[in-house]
Amino acid sequence: MALDIVRADSVGQAASMLAGDDGARFLAGGTFLVRAMTAGDVSIRKVVLSDGLGLDRIALGDTIEIGSAVTMAQVQAEPGLGFLHPVAESIGGPAVRSMATVGGNLFARSPYGDFAVALLALGASVVSEGADSEASQDLEAFLSEGPKRGRIVRAVRFAAPAEGAFRYRKITRKHPHGASVLSIAALLPVSGGKVSGARVAYGAMAPRPMRAKAVEAALEGTPLDAAAIAAAAAAAAEGTAPEDDPQASAWYRRAVLPVHLGRLLSGEES
Amino acid sequence: MEHVRAFFAAERGDDGKAVGTSLARSDALGHVTGQTQFYADRQFPGMLHLKMVRSPHDHARIRSIDTSEAEKLPGVVRVITHKDVPANVYTILRLIQVEPNDEPVLAEDKVRFKGEQIVAILAESEAIAREAVAKVKVDYEVLPAVFDVEEALEPGAPLVNEYHGNNYFTYEGHHCRRVRHGNVEKGFAEADHVIEERYQSSPIEHAPVETTGCIVVPEANGRLTCYSNTQALFFTLDNAGLILNVPFQKLRLIGGTVGGGFGGKVDVITEPVAMLAAMLTGRPVKYAYSREEEMQVSSPRAAERIYIKDGVMNDGRIVARQVRLYVDAGAYSRHSPYGTTKASAHMPGPYTIPNVSVDAHCVYTNRTPSSAMRGFGVTIGDFALEVQMDKLARLVGMDPIAFRIRNAYRDGDMKAHGELTKGAALVETMQAAAQLAGWPLSAEDTAASSMKAGG
Amino acid sequence: MAKLPLIFTVNGTEQAEFVDGDALLVDVLRDKLGMTGTRVGCGQGTCGACTILIDGAPALSCLTLAVSANGKDVTTVEGLAMGGTLHALQTAFADGFATQCGFCTSGMLVAAKALLDRNPDPDRDAVVDAISGNICRCTGYEPIINAILAAAADLRSAKSA
Repeated sequence: MALDIVRADSVGQAASMLAGDDGARFLAGGTFLVRAMTAGDVSIRKVVLSDGLGLDRIALGDTIEIGSAVTMAQVQAEPGLGFLHPVAESIGGPAVRSMATVGGNLFARSPYGDFAVALLALGASVVSEGADSEASQDLEAFLSEGPKRGRIVRAVRFAAPAEGAFRYRKITRKHPHGASVLSIAALLPVSGGKVSGARVAYGAMAPRPMRAKAVEAALEGTPLDAAAIAAAAAAAAEGTAPEDDPQASAWYRRAVLPVHLGRLLSGEES
Repeated sequence: MEHVRAFFAAERGDDGKAVGTSLARSDALGHVTGQTQFYADRQFPGMLHLKMVRSPHDHARIRSIDTSEAEKLPGVVRVITHKDVPANVYTILRLIQVEPNDEPVLAEDKVRFKGEQIVAILAESEAIAREAVAKVKVDYEVLPAVFDVEEALEPGAPLVNEYHGNNYFTYEGHHCRRVRHGNVEKGFAEADHVIEERYQSSPIEHAPVETTGCIVVPEANGRLTCYSNTQALFFTLDNAGLILNVPFQKLRLIGGTVGGGFGGKVDVITEPVAMLAAMLTGRPVKYAYSREEEMQVSSPRAAERIYIKDGVMNDGRIVARQVRLYVDAGAYSRHSPYGTTKASAHMPGPYTIPNVSVDAHCVYTNRTPSSAMRGFGVTIGDFALEVQMDKLARLVGMDPIAFRIRNAYRDGDMKAHGELTKGAALVETMQAAAQLAGWPLSAEDTAASSMKAGG
Repeated sequence: MAKLPLIFTVNGTEQAEFVDGDALLVDVLRDKLGMTGTRVGCGQGTCGACTILIDGAPALSCLTLAVSANGKDVTTVEGLAMGGTLHALQTAFADGFATQCGFCTSGMLVAAKALLDRNPDPDRDAVVDAISGNICRCTGYEPIINAILAAAADLRSAKSA
């Protein structure tokens, strides 16, 4: 197959190479793109490489910015991102983690995309660059609108969570590191003994990562006690649209979701 | 590890030296250095890649096949259909009189399972071959399909395999393998308890890390060399010779290095069509299953449904056992007629039961044809038998091992299929296992022996 | 379309090839360089049989475009033995019956090497994590885990000797 490989000098130039060329793709880790190529996706005719574009930096502080080409292994190696280590660690084996990127994970379809699930709970925004301009978009909107040709994700940004406010759990059949039956990420900041600003996100409970808004409403303003957790579990499946796949059936996912949500919220082992 | 020499000492000369020692594998060094040569670890200039057009339907008539677009694609060297196959129908065990032939190499007028082979594309690269596969147009008339063994045997069920004329393999004029010993109805009438249970297994895919495949090279001396990862080189040789209508000595099979077989690489599927392609193009041909093909198309272990009805006495003796067993062969026989025979011979398990009836059916459905897998014909039957034994033990209030010792066959006992028990060791095996596990046995059970006739 | 240059180091030796844009690293290693020890089991990045090291980190060569390896340092199973002496992992696998059909073995060894290179004293969980991207259908994994722990112990005592 005649595949054109090109390098760009800047993200802006890479974006213009992609704009208006249906056959062009941006290559990060390759765990999805190269797999699609070898599976026979003949629509891929040009690949723009992401090396050397400075997209692999991590900036810490009150606002955390993670470059789109940062790999799971890099996240695991960054002490300042300790709360994200369980997320990065849950994605594939060591080889996949050396290749898979934060940016690539935003485009994953169920049952993949667990890092995006975590970012959704963290209230992340997506910084992208087109030939003309840089823009920042809420991750939830980014996920529902889908990728835009000619724009490249530069980084994700989110406010550093309070100590202990972020929780994550990934349920798999294969141990360790299978693909998700489901994953749950929750940001539960506490103010004056009450949950304030709850954000809960699911993976593999819909074609793309989704927010569990009914669960957030059930937890908001509560002391995260047994009653609140029960209310959250009762609302767990609202808005979900899980699929059948080799990991689990939609029926199974719906059946176990409230159980795992309850355990995540109460701190029980899964 | 303890080597127990006490049992059967009188029956055995104790001069063997290998048992109990640790011998290095002859291929270990090759494996750990990466030097072990699997079939695909060879390069042949001019090698063509074979990709297969497969049925998307579980059951359909083929109205027409149009390969014209595929043939026009640059890099496509040859397209092969059933018309090119010298003898297009076979069954793997035909040479040991398992008949009739019931599986086309390439589908002619019908497809009987999702993934069945129809048209082979030979191209300069895998990518071109895949693209050409997508350009072949097959016109199907979709037919009703049947996926359940008992439904397939109901009158009016869709006929899966016309070569048989019905949805079961015929064993010497009978619709199933039958074992009859004593009179089970009389046994049930005399029993203190009668229970019947139904057991069901699903198809199990071997999922070897190396997918099925072969490379065939036409040699200058007129022979074909086939490098294959089949577990059954002689099945391949024999069947390929008959399918291609060439003398056996024209074919040279090189293999024996299998990246995981487990019984899943015994069906002669890739080699005949790859050999034909090499003959027709005069070039080396590689036909390798993708991972998807390995999981969906290659044969799994057969699903089985087993009904076991037992009559048992309060003292733990099983006096009657009736087994109805259905092997889901999928769309074609392959090795299932043999596996079903094995299953019937394996019943009623290693136990002496005076009244036994077994009906073992080899049934055709529109599922992927099944074949051998570890403990072929026996493993699923054992699952059913032993779960049943535990249920019976609970029913009569006996320890499950004691219950089995009670019923275990001993030397000299007549087995249900008319052979005398000889060389039995079940009792001693259970005694040794119980000791290792710290499972208490009664004095009577500890003293039991396979060499003394039991109940 | 013109072929692209690929200049990289494989097991310490510089290699130069011209490759198609869509050539996979695993195919270049196997077909152009004749190093067939790296295996293809799935082409999807799930089985790990194609595991190699790129600049010391484990990577899946079936999902790596060959051109991505330009300027990089690649290690395959063929590079484990030094001048005819087997690596402790290779000896441990052979002695410990951690290999049966052999198809997953190359990937397991390379994944294990990546672990021991950065963590010479792994516990069992670390070993399990290190091979969590490698599928074996023969051994049931226990002999492999034990062989890796044994090799780690061997290497530590050889170092302190």
